[in-house]
Amino acid sequence: MFRLVFYEAVKTFLKKRTYLGFLIVGVIVPIVEVAMKVEGGRFIQAATRTLRQDFIFVGSLFNGWYVSYWMMQSLWVHIPLLITFVAGDQLAGEATSGTYRLILTRPVTRTKIFFSKYIVTLIYSIVFVLFLAILSIGLALILLGKGNLLVFDRGILILPAADVAYRFCAAYIFATWSIVTIASIAFFFSSFVENAIGPIVATMGLLVVFLILVVLPVEAFEPIRPYLFAQHMNLWQHAFRDPIAWDEIGRGIAVLGSYSAAAVGASWWIFTRKDILS
Amino acid sequence: MPPEIVLQTQRLSKRFKQRWAVRDLNLEILQGDVFGFLGPNGAGKSTTIRMLLSLIRPTSGDIRLFDEPLTMSQHRALRRVGGIVEKPDFYLYLSAVRNLEIVGALYGGVDRRRMMEVLELVGLKDRAFDRVKTYSHGMKQRLGIAQALLSDPELVILDEPTSGLDPQGMKEVRDLIIHLARDQRKTIFLSSHLLSEIELVANRMAIINRGELVVQGEVSRLLEEGEQYVMIRAEPLRKARAILRRLTRFVHSMSEAGESLKVVMSFDDIPAVNRSLVRSGVAVHAIVPRRSLEDYFLALTEQSLSDGPNARVSGKTQRQ
Ligand SMILES: Nc1ncnc2c1ncn2[C@@H]1O[C@H](COP(=O)(O)OP(=O)(O)O)[C@@H](O)[C@H]1O
Ligand SMILES: [Mg+2]
Repeated sequence: MFRLVFYEAVKTFLKKRTYLGFLIVGVIVPIVEVAMKVEGGRFIQAATRTLRQDFIFVGSLFNGWYVSYWMMQSLWVHIPLLITFVAGDQLAGEATSGTYRLILTRPVTRTKIFFSKYIVTLIYSIVFVLFLAILSIGLALILLGKGNLLVFDRGILILPAADVAYRFCAAYIFATWSIVTIASIAFFFSSFVENAIGPIVATMGLLVVFLILVVLPVEAFEPIRPYLFAQHMNLWQHAFRDPIAWDEIGRGIAVLGSYSAAAVGASWWIFTRKDILS
Repeated sequence: MPPEIVLQTQRLSKRFKQRWAVRDLNLEILQGDVFGFLGPNGAGKSTTIRMLLSLIRPTSGDIRLFDEPLTMSQHRALRRVGGIVEKPDFYLYLSAVRNLEIVGALYGGVDRRRMMEVLELVGLKDRAFDRVKTYSHGMKQRLGIAQALLSDPELVILDEPTSGLDPQGMKEVRDLIIHLARDQRKTIFLSSHLLSEIELVANRMAIINRGELVVQGEVSRLLEEGEQYVMIRAEPLRKARAILRRLTRFVHSMSEAGESLKVVMSFDDIPAVNRSLVRSGVAVHAIVPRRSLEDYFLALTEQSLSDGPNARVSGKTQRQ
């Protein structure tokens, strides 16, 4: 099994497509962060004007942590999109290239091949979120330094510099969990089509529709909202509340985990039974 | 002791929607066979091979491979099989060696020496580290054979391995198949839509048409069965006919077929008949020995070209 995972990783990480996401993040994040440094804290000053009269701030609130926090907004839609490029291609890509015929004619169960591919998808998701975290936080801290973190959580909240690092750590772990859900859904769509466009469009379509259901001010949607995975795409944000909303987090982890498990289970069921006609 | 049955199918059938691609197919491949699986385009050869390699699930019927049942979920016996179905596809962005590593991993790993061995066998050793993207069709076809041989299987299944090759390439593949069978004692299952090709390498064969088995047996026996005749084109035709009519020792019967005469006679007597014609001053343009199997197969092929496969079963659209 280790050997299978290794060669699935070889296939994935020697493919150009795999680096598309890294390339985009690697270019956009520095541009945005440098632009924010140049623009300076104009926007944040406006927001904190009233506070400024009552408190004396220790250091600037426009700092690296603030920018890093702001960059995490990309976890709603942008990062999911980049993830689907690879996750949606995992199974469908083999159909497109006709290489199912190369690997499924061997004395290895489809279950093993399936999970090798899923494990590589997980590895990719984790590495990608880690890359985003290290690049966006590292660069922001270099450019703007540390300080207290200003967040908006039902009003303005200022988190003391001392435990911000730990909150980011937790936030990115939660973010990975929600990104894994997106990857699993793309993987699911990947199991029954013959090219990667379908899974990308289907996954993003589902995410966007669910996001609309989540934010639309319609009473009727209220009862189903907690069960939509999109409701919990902000799992990471709970790490920046005071006190940290562990019950919300627990619920989010459970809902997202259920979606991942259902997606993987269903795609396994399809994959191990389907006729390979590509 | 009778030879071991390597592969056996019983009433093997596959239906796509309304169309039977393969129906009630009984095949038997014995150890040491070069088994020719012959059929016109769309006859169901690739569909059969997909079932033999566990890519698709039969609608009904059974497959036994090395005396073990083979299904999509139970295919341990594939350990002793290497094959390729339809066109040779690979990870184009990887080298031949990497592709072989990936295949090898599915057999628990194959060492580099073996990879170079099979690449050398198909004449790709010096391109081993080039991306497959840079390969010609013929090279991919040969890499397809190389990957089939990688695990040193007892049974090698090849789906039209000479398709798209030039005559030289076709000959190389044929020689390779003969080498594998004779020197490496492999059993080979080989599909083709050309009788001439099967005839050159196979000892046993089956003909399939519209998904159904037409005939199965030893190649030499099948070719000899039925009538043998000779098409003779000569000038002047009338004179030739008069001479042939007198050669009752050789000529069993005769009829006119366009510009030629269809003469039922033994192939062994061709030189004697030719001599008589030439001596009498007849200009002989062509003497073509024909066998009824060839005609029969030609008819199948032409019919399938004009009808499209399975036209009778369902008039619906055809797969592109
Ligand atoms: N995926 C498919 N869906 C529907 N029909 C198919 C499919 N694949 C093959 N067929 C049909 O099955 C028949 C046999 O095809 P195939 O096995 O590819 O023939 P061969 O390899 O002998 O040329 C053809 O009539 C073909 O149209
Ligand atoms: Mg075919």
